Amino acid sequence: MKDIKATILSNVKVKGDYYKIILDAVYIAKHAKPGQFVQVRCASGTEILFRRPFSIHRARSGKIEMLYEVVGKGTEVLSCKRSGECVDVLGPLGNGFTLLPPSTLHPSPILIAGGIGTAPLVFLAEELAKRKIKPIVLIGARTKSLILCEKDFKKAGADVKIATDDASRGYKGFVSGLLEEVIKKGKYSQGAKVYCCGPDPMMKSIASICLKHGLKCEVSLEETMACGIGACLGCVVKLKNGEQKLACKDGPVFDAEKLSLEQ
Amino acid sequence: MITIGKLKLKNPVMVASGTFGYAREFEDFLDLKKLGAIVTKTITLKPRQGNPMPRICETASGMLNAIGLQNEGIENFINEKLPYLAKIGTSVIVSISGNNAEEFSRLAKRLDKEKSVDGIELNISCPNIQAKGLVAQCPDATYEVVEAVRKATDKTIITKLSPNVTDIVGIAKCACNAGSDAVSLVNTFLGMVIDINTEKPKLANVTGGLSGPCIKPIALRMVWEVAKNIDKPVIGMGGIMSAEDAIEFLLAGAKAVQVGTANFVEPGICEKIIKGIDKWTKKKS
Ligand SMILES: Cc1cc2nc3c(=O)[nH]c(=O)nc-3n(C[C@H](O)[C@H](O)[C@H](O)COP(=O)(O)OP(=O)(O)OC[C@H]3O[C@@H](n4cnc5c(N)ncnc54)[C@H](O)[C@@H]3O)c2cc1C
Ligand SMILES: Cc1cc2nc3c(=O)[nH]c(=O)nc-3n(C[C@H](O)[C@H](O)[C@H](O)COP(=O)(O)O)c2cc1C
Ligand code: FES
Repeated sequence: MKDIKATILSNVKVKGDYYKIILDAVYIAKHAKPGQFVQVRCASGTEILFRRPFSIHRARSGKIEMLYEVVGKGTEVLSCKRSGECVDVLGPLGNGFTLLPPSTLHPSPILIAGGIGTAPLVFLAEELAKRKIKPIVLIGARTKSLILCEKDFKKAGADVKIATDDASRGYKGFVSGLLEEVIKKGKYSQGAKVYCCGPDPMMKSIASICLKHGLKCEVSLEETMACGIGACLGCVVKLKNGEQKLACKDGPVFDAEKLSLEQ
Repeated sequence: MITIGKLKLKNPVMVASGTFGYAREFEDFLDLKKLGAIVTKTITLKPRQGNPMPRICETASGMLNAIGLQNEGIENFINEKLPYLAKIGTSVIVSISGNNAEEFSRLAKRLDKEKSVDGIELNISCPNIQAKGLVAQCPDATYEVVEAVRKATDKTIITKLSPNVTDIVGIAKCACNAGSDAVSLVNTFLGMVIDINTEKPKLANVTGGLSGPCIKPIALRMVWEVAKNIDKPVIGMGGIMSAEDAIEFLLAGAKAVQVGTANFVEPGICEKIIKGIDKWTKKKS
């Protein structure tokens, strides 16, 4: 972990309210693993006090990329930054997705992305591609113009399926419905591992579908974070067995089985 | 060199309780032995789970927290956290809290046996526990707690004051009369935030403690008032984000300062603050 001043190499709108920022961050790029995140100081001054957590979307050749959605004041300020400016980034933070050694990893894990939850899964798919593993990727979006990273996943060799809430493309409805369809039609390999990131309600339904069908599932959780390094105790996640974990330090990726879904 | 009770600090910058974990969390970001002192998260006799989530919320230039003293309890602290703290090479101050004077005294007695504990900070001002009022809001209760701890240990005692009172000088005097070697202030200000979409408070605990730059002017005024009215050293805190902020507290009469919320924003900030104060001191003399 390091706190570095990183130069912005590019920061552009991708579509809708989604932006992509690329930072010159050699240390973080070198050590980043899929599922890990960084804490970015979006604004100078103290008015917007906390840093904002963003998943690492891609890390290569000394650069890191983040894909973010403008939802409030911090991301708004971030979206106005120009290339050449600097931002403070802290990372890489947390534990990423569990990547089983190539020999034991199932040939086709299932990656499930909802909205901006796509961000960390691209990194994961590209890491899997390096190991010659081609996942199934289910992308959920509100409407077809907001589908994220379809090309990136395809480039990584993934079998991509789409779900849109408004039925404008692919499966009509939530991505959890699409997963049930994939399972029903047997279009996946038995024992496939599921990696999931998206809004809370989506992860809950994905987790319970996986539980029902005996699929191992890892989810990447979002909690409000002040420090991101395990010091403030503001991001506690309660496990089924009553144990308390920190989303920033012990997560943000957790075994869905161990979480109490009702929280 | 700064003297507080029996403590000899290499510089006036400490980290505030609950904002620096048990120091190890920050080892990648600064040279820990450069800190004047490390104050640990508040420790209680038994482990505590803390409050339900959500526990934190950002506010304009500040934050609210209702962590609820989540900690592993004194024995686990001594076994698992203290050995690391002991090796750092700076003063270790353990923050403690109890439900009554007797619990405070038991905690102090236990810590008295630990050579690597240099001082004890009494958190009599945490606003998050569901009790009737706070010890820190009552002069007699403050006196009783400090007196009990004084009997239990010869180590340096720092009493941490709550700003949620009408007469903070009065409470500070009580703590000193009961044998406290110093006072530290301020703890957080009780506050709340409501989410207008859900029409519910943003913290599960409803209210929480406000900290960060937004409290600095009030904290500074309180430190100034206390410092000019008591003879014992005053440790000032509340919203320190830079060496300049820290120097304001020193000018208001504080002998040392604590840095809290700023550690979340910039984990290596204390080293910068130490350097800045050093430069200022040299320039002045
Ligand atoms: C580990 C982790 C990884 C993340 N990765 C990404 C990512 O790759 N891309 C991305 O766009 N976002 C990501 N997020 C969410 C992102 O941190 C928040 O969207 C951001 O903090 C919002 O800041 P803001 O100042 O723009 O919004 P604010 O003004 O703080 O809030 C605006 C609205 O968003 C809600 N909100 C704020 N923070 C969160 C949160 N953490 N989760 C859910 N709702 C929130 C608020 O309740 C409010 O309604 C991640 C969060 C975590 C914890
Ligand atoms: C998340 C958080 C947890 C805290 N926990 C404690 C604690 O356990 N014991 C204590 O005495 N003070 C605790 N405090 C209060 C700080 O030590 C400090 O008094 C207060 O935050 C004001 O300083 P600041 O504005 O620099 O943060 C906590 C503050 C925060 C923000
Ligand atoms: S964000 Fe501070 S402990 Fe997790």
